[in-house]
Amino acid sequence: MNLPEPSAGLPILSILIFAPLIAAAVALLLPAGRAVWWWTLFATSAVALFSLSLLFGFDSSTAEFQFVEHRAWIPLLGMEYALGIDGISLLLVLLTTLITPFCVLASWTSVTLRTREFMVCMLIMQTAMTGVFTALDFVLFFIFWESMLIPMSILIGVWGGAGRVYAAIKFFIYTMAGSVLLIVAIIALRLETGTFSIPALMDQPYDRAFQLWIFGAFFISFAIKVPMFPFHTWLPHAHVQAPTAGSVLLASILLKMGTYGFLRFCLPITPLATVELAPFILWLSIIAIVYGGLAALAQSDLKKIVAYSSVGHMGFATLGIFSLVQNGTVGGALVMINHGVTTGALFIAVGILYERLHTRDLAKTAGVGKHMPVFAFFLGMFCLSSLAFPGTNSFIGEFLVLGGAFEVSLTLAIAAVPGVVIAAAYNLRILQRVAYGGTNNPDHSAVADLGLREILLLTPFLVFILWIGLQPAPFIGIMEASIENILEIISRAGS
Amino acid sequence: MPDAQPSVFFAFLPEWIMLAGVLVLFGLTLSSNRVRAARWVSLATGAGVALAVLATFNVEAVIFDGAYRVDTFSQWLKLVFALGYVGCVVIGHNLKDIRGDIRPEYFFLLATSVTGFILLAGSIDLITLVVALELSSFPLFLLIAMRRETTAQRSQMESAVKFMMFGIAASGVMLFGMGYLYGLTGTTSLPLLVERLQPVIHTPLAIAGVTLTLAAFFYKLAVFPFHFWTPDVYQGASNETTAIIGSLPKLASVLLMLRFAGAADPGVHTLAVVFAVLAVGSMFYGNLLALAQTDFKRLLGFSAIAHAGYTLIGLVALEETGFTAALYYATGYLFMILACFTVITRVSRDGTNLAIADLAGLHKRSPLLAATLLVGVFSLAGIPPFVGFMGKFSLLTAGLQQGFLWLVLLAVLNTVIAVYYYLRVIHAAFFTDPPQDADTTPLRLDPATTVLCLVLIAAITGLGLIPGPFLETVNASLSSIRP
Repeated sequence: MNLPEPSAGLPILSILIFAPLIAAAVALLLPAGRAVWWWTLFATSAVALFSLSLLFGFDSSTAEFQFVEHRAWIPLLGMEYALGIDGISLLLVLLTTLITPFCVLASWTSVTLRTREFMVCMLIMQTAMTGVFTALDFVLFFIFWESMLIPMSILIGVWGGAGRVYAAIKFFIYTMAGSVLLIVAIIALRLETGTFSIPALMDQPYDRAFQLWIFGAFFISFAIKVPMFPFHTWLPHAHVQAPTAGSVLLASILLKMGTYGFLRFCLPITPLATVELAPFILWLSIIAIVYGGLAALAQSDLKKIVAYSSVGHMGFATLGIFSLVQNGTVGGALVMINHGVTTGALFIAVGILYERLHTRDLAKTAGVGKHMPVFAFFLGMFCLSSLAFPGTNSFIGEFLVLGGAFEVSLTLAIAAVPGVVIAAAYNLRILQRVAYGGTNNPDHSAVADLGLREILLLTPFLVFILWIGLQPAPFIGIMEASIENILEIISRAGS
Repeated sequence: MPDAQPSVFFAFLPEWIMLAGVLVLFGLTLSSNRVRAARWVSLATGAGVALAVLATFNVEAVIFDGAYRVDTFSQWLKLVFALGYVGCVVIGHNLKDIRGDIRPEYFFLLATSVTGFILLAGSIDLITLVVALELSSFPLFLLIAMRRETTAQRSQMESAVKFMMFGIAASGVMLFGMGYLYGLTGTTSLPLLVERLQPVIHTPLAIAGVTLTLAAFFYKLAVFPFHFWTPDVYQGASNETTAIIGSLPKLASVLLMLRFAGAADPGVHTLAVVFAVLAVGSMFYGNLLALAQTDFKRLLGFSAIAHAGYTLIGLVALEETGFTAALYYATGYLFMILACFTVITRVSRDGTNLAIADLAGLHKRSPLLAATLLVGVFSLAGIPPFVGFMGKFSLLTAGLQQGFLWLVLLAVLNTVIAVYYYLRVIHAAFFTDPPQDADTTPLRLDPATTVLCLVLIAAITGLGLIPGPFLETVNASLSSIRP
């Protein structure tokens, strides 16, 4: 596939990438304190609104990259500044731009020290995340991909909980170790084809051995990011120790970068290797689903439960993606979005609880539902979404994934079903304890219910949970053509 | 625009200014204790050289009977040397760790050394080259010995002697190798020598000659096993002196290696293997030993050995892409190491060595210094968007292009090892609260330091994201190195 001609008009993607960076520079000049918070909220909201303009110009009937920008960058090394989005990246870009303002909103009370530096880190993160989902030059992609490490580790390491340093360093080393092989693969691809352009690298007749090596390098770095079992061990620490906004960014967007990597690179660049290795990855996904669920069931720390549930949910995403059938892969991509919404919401809810009780222990939070009915309502809805209750977003996603798994093999699908049951178990356990648990011990009668800011913060998540759950067609429609195109590449390579 | 016949005076303008600066500084050393004046003269000289380089940027001339060439390539390097010089002077500030009565001499010797570096950029004759090289080295031996003597640390003399002994031995080996090259070609003019070496480059004698000649540059770059002086000298020399030793000579030695390695082509396998083995040795030795360090300067010393290894990957390729990458990396490295030493000299009280633990709470004491450290250290670790990443990337590309997959894989393995000790520095500066008895007063930076920090951050990021102009000039002018 060749890169389409650059689109005329405003360079929307560049604006989306660099506006947060400019906002960060302005934030550095502002006096510390609330002003920075308001400014960041304003800037990220403005970016979010502006990003919606992508929806108007987007043609979802084609798999071509759109809003393409294309400039010389470092000709001597063969790099270009190339941006563009297809259906898959569009949803992820929107997820990024829409989630970030809520992360800012969620930090009103939880981040009081060094607010300015915190917000600067958040804004740099947004730049890097948007860049990852829009870059069409492999080196540009890698630069955004790796730039995220520094601000994210600092978010965890400076504003995190008691074990923050260990978590931050583990996160950094894990991700870095994963991505060094990616860079070797990128160089190898360039030497093979003479280009870093991602569309040009897709659908090329590389020989099988080369594909297997490249796939291996891709897989390690993306699997660590997802994280897939057995590369998931950094995740619980990072999630638990990160401040609420950090956890949300991590769960909603960073993990998606791994699955996005699978969809964007593994499948279309190394189709032969994908087909050959997909069975192993499917079983790894099943292990992740069951293991993540069981591990979540065994935790008593609310944040840990949500963290391990992420492992399970992302297992569904990879299960769907590597089923390599239309339903499954679309489902996998939808699970990515759903997980972004639901788990983000759950982390914010847990954060709200922690701010009031200063504990996340399931036993000590028991029974707050009686004194916080509004909170209990939101938490209940989010938990239902997390267990894939019909009518919520996750139901659609996981249903499609399981459908895809059935098409691949009956054993596979049956093996995935316990995962669904376990998800119900740990989510209902949260709900039962927190909302309905022992009402007198401990005494929570002094705890205040949600304020207006918090309701504003949680409502949009609920809206999306129900919207995707009841009317998924527009969301699926956006990415259908792109996924169809990827699967065509795979079937062409296989034949 | 290139003159048809630029006058010798004009083409040599940066060097004239440098020499004038050295003379004025010499004059200042004659009267008593004019430290401030010496500092200002140094800064003015550095800035003057930089401006003169910009003015003569497009001049092309071969002067002094073919011994000295001025072209865009040499001007780029002179510019970097001049900027590095200014950086070193700002870092040195009031030389708090140098004996009080000889501070003006310090500035004088530093300027002399820099003159040597600047002359190296243009020397294309073995004789001028050796003279320039020794001119740049000898003052450094003295600078190390000029550290203030305290009862707690008396290692500066040991360091100076070590550095000098190794240096002289390496120079001896170099001269021996140059003897071979001269014997083979009958000329001391580098372009001619490289050209005449072409037909015989595959003979053992030529390879021995080139390798032995390179020994002196391996020593300066601290390539394993020529590195033994590095950690001790880093530790024994004062902070500001280490900043100089760790930055300018590295770039100079890469430049000189290119001058000689340019005689070979990728077909000269023996030479490529020599480079590859030295690269692997340096990377592993430097990185593994750096893991165990507690003194920040010593850590940087070992990391310098590792970085010498990375740089050598560019030479393994033995062609333009690799040479460009090596030079680009060394240039980037100069700025990264200056960033680290800016922080060291400012955090260190009264100029003593700095343990990594002393960085605790730096982000509260001085956000700007902490940011400078962050950028410098992460660039050393090879994290984008900094120059350390783009430099490593171009080095790896060059290595892989010539089929050295094993070398590239070992190199990326090493970057992962290295991340650990770089993170220890970040850990101390950002994630650790200082102990009770530690000094937690905010650090006040003078305007010069503030500007230097901002310039270094901009240079490290800028060279990483927009290296185009630099790479292209260097790449285009490498034809002047290769026949």
